[in-house]
Amino acid sequence: MNAERAEHARGLLHQMLRVRRFEEKCVELYSAAKIRGFMHVYIGEEAVAAGVLATLEPEDAVVATYREHGHALLRGVPAGAILAEMYGFEQGCCRGRGGSMHLFDAATRFFGGNAIVAGGLPLAIGLALADKMAGRSRVTACFFGEGAVAEGAFHESLNLAALWRLPVLFCCENNLYAMGTALARSESQTDIALKAAAYEIPAWPVDGMDVLAVEEAARRAGAAVRGGAGPHFLELRTYRFRAHSMYDPERYREKAEVAQWLERDPIDLLRATLEAAGDLPEPTWAEVQASVDAEVQAAVAFAEAGTLEPVEELTRHVYTDRDDTDRDDTERNRPKRMPT
Amino acid sequence: MTLHDTAPTPLRAPVTLTMAAALNAAIQDAMRDDPTVVLFGEDVGPLGGVFRVTDGLYAEFGESRVSDSPLAESGIVGTAIGMAMYGLRPVVEMQFDAFSYPAFEQIVSHVAKMRNRTRGRVQLPLVIRIPYAGDIGGVEHHSDSSEAYWTATPGLTVVSPSNPADAYSMLREAITSDDPVIFLEPKSRYWAKAELSLPVRTAPMNTAAVLREGTDVTLIAYGPTVKTALATAELAVAEGLSIEVIDLRSLSPFDDETVGASVRKTSRAAVLHEAAQFGGYGAEVAARLTERNFFHLAAPILRITGFDIPYPSPKLEEYFLPTPDRILAALGTWEWN
Repeated sequence: MNAERAEHARGLLHQMLRVRRFEEKCVELYSAAKIRGFMHVYIGEEAVAAGVLATLEPEDAVVATYREHGHALLRGVPAGAILAEMYGFEQGCCRGRGGSMHLFDAATRFFGGNAIVAGGLPLAIGLALADKMAGRSRVTACFFGEGAVAEGAFHESLNLAALWRLPVLFCCENNLYAMGTALARSESQTDIALKAAAYEIPAWPVDGMDVLAVEEAARRAGAAVRGGAGPHFLELRTYRFRAHSMYDPERYREKAEVAQWLERDPIDLLRATLEAAGDLPEPTWAEVQASVDAEVQAAVAFAEAGTLEPVEELTRHVYTDRDDTDRDDTERNRPKRMPT
Repeated sequence: MTLHDTAPTPLRAPVTLTMAAALNAAIQDAMRDDPTVVLFGEDVGPLGGVFRVTDGLYAEFGESRVSDSPLAESGIVGTAIGMAMYGLRPVVEMQFDAFSYPAFEQIVSHVAKMRNRTRGRVQLPLVIRIPYAGDIGGVEHHSDSSEAYWTATPGLTVVSPSNPADAYSMLREAITSDDPVIFLEPKSRYWAKAELSLPVRTAPMNTAAVLREGTDVTLIAYGPTVKTALATAELAVAEGLSIEVIDLRSLSPFDDETVGASVRKTSRAAVLHEAAQFGGYGAEVAARLTERNFFHLAAPILRITGFDIPYPSPKLEEYFLPTPDRILAALGTWEWN
């Protein structure tokens, strides 16, 4: 690799490692009951978010799923604000009300994780339509899993995007399992790119474990979208190394299958490529790791110092025109800490 | 014919079961007794469902009677309609309360209306199981109490058990029913245990049950708030307050007879639910009881409920849900002469 390209690849490695270490810490904190509720980690799939997001501009938009810690982090939402959100603290990017599955940050145009499968797709169509109406050359990158392909909202959205030639980059993260249901058990046509093709949307399958391949595909497709060629669709073939959520006994897949995919760990793959080319000397790799560890540590410290939104504010922020919006104004129905 | 017209099968030796296991046993027994009972939904097969309610059923009955569906809630319910029209008895699962909303159109426009539309020529003997409500440290989309959407729809029978015995008995009865049943399972009670001799049979599912007798106040609860009501009644003893606790069990139809008799006896009543108050199920209960029993009431019927906000994050959940302290404080706002 030439020096510039090697530097760029090291950057991608750094980004993937940020997601990996951040989420490994999340799992630890979840086990320690610091994080509650439902949590889904992206470990194994980092090349997808890292590759696609590396190609986006600040004015572009991102719509993601409930497995979106990595997308938020790589889009520029501070790690501390993400972790505080998962702790349920008011220092979080949604003041603690969104949690792991509903990270949101208007400043970085990160328009949400979404706990409803395929829930984000129609919303992405709206963002893109608004851009088109205003004559803005922006891309809306819309991430969703292959499980979403079975939902009606997926088909409605693809049709609208193609019909109106909207600037959407559809990024299907095909990790082969909709929770516990294998792709072949839920789709008559398992070649997902063909579904997009049926709507006249150009679509390609991409090796989702190879961050350089993902980035290359996203850059080409994104350039076409930005240039007014209408929606494009990438099927990113990847694999989740961990369970679906923190409560999943993984009865639906063989350990041997997981082991096989672990050999294609996107971080190990890129690291090996760089090392083989002499582009990742040991001290450089140590620096990358140290910087990631420091970022994660700082995020934990930030989240640990967080505070719970005052209970009295439980009924705020539901409507625009009534700041405190409880529809019952009697004293007995006001949120408060009860005397103990 | 309902389950209650048939002779009970000999009871098996008592076992300790969680509500989730009791529901599992109900489906298993129903499938063994009736080959037309079929089960499908998201991950109800090999995985056994998120809450393990369908655990082991795929292994026993095989792919032809227990199948995983794609993530397509509208398709799941619509398919169940067609199968029911041809005489099968589908039991389908919506994985979480809020995941049922993509199926709203099929449920409200077709499940609820088919019998009326055909003037009784087509029946839909299907059950839609929905894990609902909060108190499990979930968040929005995973903690909703959506009962009012269903109870506001004529044509649907809506029930919710609060304990393992009712869970078994009511689900058996729902599967036997020739009309569609929305079967709401309170998530926070899935792990509640009881010793049961199956096939246990409790009261008919369209009736309410007086779980604790009292003379001063009637607390009307269902599903997840029944436990809260019982805890409140226990605490109230120290304050010299005698609380009667009613478990509605059936939200639609509403058991006017049982609830009305209790309210006429105590002359004071409060309805509990986790769902938001405005336009909630408690409003219907309060209005209905007031219309029928106004001259027996000593005070307005109260609703003690979740606040009018989307479901909050886990750490704020305890301040959102009606608790015994909040209930007692609300009862204290009445004039007690």
